[in-house]
Amino acid sequence: MPSTLYDKLWNEHHIKTLDSGESLIYIDRQYLHEVTSPQAFEGLTKKDLKPWRLGANIATPDHNVPTERGRSFTVENIDDNISKIQVVELDKNCNKFGIKQFDITSSNQGIVHVIGPELGYTLPGMTIVCGDSHTSTHGAFGCLAMGIGTSEVEHVLATQTLKVSKLLNMRVVFQGKPQQGVSSKDIVLYLIGKIGTAGGNGHAIEFSGNYIENISMEARMTICNMAIEAGAKVGLIAPDTTTIEYVKKHSSLSDNDLTVAQNHWNKLSSDTDAIFDKEIIIDVSNIKPQVTWGTSPEMVVDYDATLPDLNSDIQANKKNIELAKQYMGIEEGQKLTDLKFDRVFIGSCTNSRIEDLREAAIAIKGKKVSETITEAIVVPGSGMVKAQAESEGLDKIFQDAGFIWRDPGCSMCLGMNPDQLKPYERCASTSNRNFEGRQGNLGRTHLMSPLMAAHTAINGVIGELL
Amino acid sequence: MKMIGNEIQIKGIVASIDRDNIDTDQIIPTEYLKSIKKFGFEDYLFDGWRYLDEGKLGISKSQRKINQDFVLNQEPFTQANILLTRDNFGCGSSREHAVWALRDFGIRVVIASSFGDIFYNNCFKNGVLPIRLSKDQIESIFCAEVKEMSISLDSRTIEFNDTEQYAFDVEDNLLERIVLGLDDVDMTLKYAEDIKLFENKRRKEKPWIYADE
Repeated sequence: MPSTLYDKLWNEHHIKTLDSGESLIYIDRQYLHEVTSPQAFEGLTKKDLKPWRLGANIATPDHNVPTERGRSFTVENIDDNISKIQVVELDKNCNKFGIKQFDITSSNQGIVHVIGPELGYTLPGMTIVCGDSHTSTHGAFGCLAMGIGTSEVEHVLATQTLKVSKLLNMRVVFQGKPQQGVSSKDIVLYLIGKIGTAGGNGHAIEFSGNYIENISMEARMTICNMAIEAGAKVGLIAPDTTTIEYVKKHSSLSDNDLTVAQNHWNKLSSDTDAIFDKEIIIDVSNIKPQVTWGTSPEMVVDYDATLPDLNSDIQANKKNIELAKQYMGIEEGQKLTDLKFDRVFIGSCTNSRIEDLREAAIAIKGKKVSETITEAIVVPGSGMVKAQAESEGLDKIFQDAGFIWRDPGCSMCLGMNPDQLKPYERCASTSNRNFEGRQGNLGRTHLMSPLMAAHTAINGVIGELL
Repeated sequence: MKMIGNEIQIKGIVASIDRDNIDTDQIIPTEYLKSIKKFGFEDYLFDGWRYLDEGKLGISKSQRKINQDFVLNQEPFTQANILLTRDNFGCGSSREHAVWALRDFGIRVVIASSFGDIFYNNCFKNGVLPIRLSKDQIESIFCAEVKEMSISLDSRTIEFNDTEQYAFDVEDNLLERIVLGLDDVDMTLKYAEDIKLFENKRRKEKPWIYADE
């Protein structure tokens, strides 16, 4: 019977079907961070258990870490005592159980979904979990990767397995060549606008088509990262030569291991006659840069479009639209391009990789951040991205323009560290969620690509560079 | 949860929030994810809607400015144990804290037309029952302004207004986990031998997975 890539990964990791009808699935890799792991470690301790396979686990603190650190910064320098406790707890647990951690002082510390692939811990065909919904990012390597809750983090630590039911298969085919200035962030936001934030519920989404074949691993990671914003906890892209070149560069596998592995990785794709429960074909050639206007990623439009109003013919519940407009401080008849911005954030597990930073830096080279922008920050996703960017002089370009260049972390994607919006501040953000309060109490988030965020920093408003 | 004969019944007060896509950031904002505990989240449930001021972990409800317009601050809904909402409840982040906050507040059942996948799974690990009904059924419960409801886990039905009854579907094993409060780790470790066999075979066939050990 023809199978999809998801079916193949599922079968390869399937240990047994349980009496309950669920399946026991073997987990190759677990990433851990400070927020969703302490209760899992506590559970392990209470049961007097050890991690099943130590080497499967890789940890790093990212959500709570301040991004203004400098060289001699240690965990003791975290001002927020409650944040500090959580980071210290991760140190303690990793030491106690012997788990490999890139701690706050490590040059490889960073956002867990950025460091995993770049340090070669994410390999094609793996099952990967993390107590973080953006684990779908790793699906860009043809991994069955998904976010899990803390109880499941404990379960994977203790048993190296997950007890799950199989998802349905969905395929999104992206065809065509995008217009200049349209990035993978725009493409995935466009998709979410079309199918909604519940569009992928219950499904694993495989992304394919000649658009996907032609883009880099960084761009693919952005797309799989946002699969969860379309409701799919699993996003997938079949490994190809682009994937294998990336892995060769980043992993420390021996030539022998690589040769054997490659034979296997080449088989990881959906059969041509595989059947998907849902299929969507999208022509990317007409997609314009996308910017969200509301409080859900599905509330997204062309950057220059008129915003939906009570008379517009859209599916969404009108009450939801009104609530979102009210929260976002958008008046009837206003366009996105009419809004004045206060802050700009370039970073997060969606868009903090080297390619994202290059794209933004090239656009703003020699220009200045608008006087109406109170703060524009660039937060590289990892120590490695930061070092690479600095070796290319990108930090200098950003700083000359008036951006602030920070240390790696989740930063302003979510309000857990000092980088937060003040009430009613409007932010051009390359992150993944525009939920109410996500970037700080009463803050207003507009999601967009790194290029559009860079333009917004210079113009003070959304639109092409003036 | 009360056993009545063979029936397991949840009876109680229904609080309604008429919104789609209530994400886990609304159920509990990130600030409270700084806790390293698994309990004590009741005061932070729907924090952004429940209070008029900004909260911090450790600051209790009595020190906050209450938003009297929000349903969970109004009687009798301060005692609600059933939550009624619309589509895609619990979308977004994987934080199990969202379920812990509902559970700690006293919510035992959430009724919606659909749920975020990760949130749905997390519910069953913590004794909270997510019930899916059709959009039309949800609409009629909203229209009827139902304030009390009785849910039978045995017959898998919800009853309101004395006469109305809707059946719902939930997998046996998931429901059993809620009723019996089973621990997944203990249950899975019964298959430790199967896992070991699988792992040893995988180690031989796919050595690169284990290369960094």
